[in-house]
Amino acid sequence: MSEVHHDCCEHHDHHHELVVENLRVTYRRHVALDGIRFATSCGNRVALIGANGAGKSTLIKAIAGLVPRAAGTIRWRGTAVKKWSREFAYLPQREEVDWSFPITVRGLVEMGRYPQAGWWGRFSSSDEDAVDRALEALELVDLRERQIRELSGGQQQRAFLARAIAQEAHVLLLDEPFTGLDRRASSQLGELLDRLAREGRLIIASHHDLRSAPELFDEALLLSTRQVAFGPVAEVLTPELLDRTFAVPAAIE
Amino acid sequence: MLIGFSNGFFSGFVVLRRHALSVSALSHTMLPGITLGILVAGALTQLSAFLGALFAALLVGLGSVAVSRGKRIAQGTALAVIYTTAFAAGVAILPHLETRQELEHWLFGDILAVGNADLWTMFGIGSLTLLSVNLLMRPMLLTLFEPNVAAAQGVPVRSMQYIIFALLALSLVASLQAVGCVLSVGLLVAPAATVSLFTDRTSLLFWGGGLLGAIGSLSGVLISAALNLSTGPTIVMVLGSLFLLAWLFSPRYGVLAARRS
Repeated sequence: MSEVHHDCCEHHDHHHELVVENLRVTYRRHVALDGIRFATSCGNRVALIGANGAGKSTLIKAIAGLVPRAAGTIRWRGTAVKKWSREFAYLPQREEVDWSFPITVRGLVEMGRYPQAGWWGRFSSSDEDAVDRALEALELVDLRERQIRELSGGQQQRAFLARAIAQEAHVLLLDEPFTGLDRRASSQLGELLDRLAREGRLIIASHHDLRSAPELFDEALLLSTRQVAFGPVAEVLTPELLDRTFAVPAAIE
Repeated sequence: MLIGFSNGFFSGFVVLRRHALSVSALSHTMLPGITLGILVAGALTQLSAFLGALFAALLVGLGSVAVSRGKRIAQGTALAVIYTTAFAAGVAILPHLETRQELEHWLFGDILAVGNADLWTMFGIGSLTLLSVNLLMRPMLLTLFEPNVAAAQGVPVRSMQYIIFALLALSLVASLQAVGCVLSVGLLVAPAATVSLFTDRTSLLFWGGGLLGAIGSLSGVLISAALNLSTGPTIVMVLGSLFLLAWLFSPRYGVLAARRS
């Protein structure tokens, strides 16, 4: 697996850091997220943990640039990310995807190359190579002509991951990737994310299963509209902090 | 032929957007458009009808995209409100016009009455549609598949939606003379709907739809000549029966295939 070369972290002296400062997102007048600040670097797997409606998906989308940020900055490798960065890849929640869209696995992965290939340009051989390598790395070669609905849940996740790899993204933003997967598919996805992180990518995923979090993730961010805590999983997942995360938000004005 | 092809090609988008009903709404809009054209020009000529229909279809189509910008009102809802209003206006004006008889041509089409100038217009619109769709294929696909991701990647999603609707209106108007207001929907929906029962490849949906549209149009013309039927309806009936056959017998998604497995 190590032939997938990735020029990040371990190959350099410095770390590629993602720094989020004072992030705030509002929908109309309703505050969806406020006071998010954390810093992490590639090679890590970060879990976003919180109750339903706590803003997990919103945070993922805000980092990916899918929802406008009302305030705050996001810096990646020292430069501010204004709206969208090609090095960020967003993987939607399963129910947000139109699975009946007539597109094959390969077609989906090719979409990851659109930003590089431009709107009109032909696919260059390096684009084709990137698509082939991504399909290979995620063991999708035999499935490449399948329509995306004809895949199992785990394979669907892999197809979207392959698109992110083809895009040469360094930061993978996943919205509830483990939801709806059976145990075997879950553990496969867990190993896969571990491998992708060790190759030097930064993985940020919303997650709701507290029991599996310590083994699947390195760091955790507890969220209840505002940031409750951020740090290594073992230090953050304490009964006291979890109580505060999942408390009925009556105290919040 | 070309109209069949370009409409069939574009029908890929219609099917992808699940917009069949919008198309039929738009096609109805052309009636008030034509009445308006007559009212303004004072007579039913090719040009007045054509411009009227184009104007109305563009206005209603783009208007619905604009209204739905606020996200509060779905585009289908906006479209329904706007087009019924326009249609009502058309129906209200209609009795005051003297050319009601001829209007039937426009409702149901008369492909053999198509003149040379019309042919060139259709040819122009057909090529324009094909050209722009092919050029903008990638951003359009992204827009249709994941609008919010496309927006984040810098695709001007809103303009894309305007363009798609404008092309839709153009294609409708182009097929107006061949098959008429009401039936033009068939040309814009049936081909890709049929192909979508066979393939999972997005590009095939477009080219196959185009091919099927062209074949359907050609065989429609031939059959209608042989059986002495009106041409426009025959074309649509051909396309409709092809769809029915595909629905029954497609190896992938057909009803019979599903039953066997």
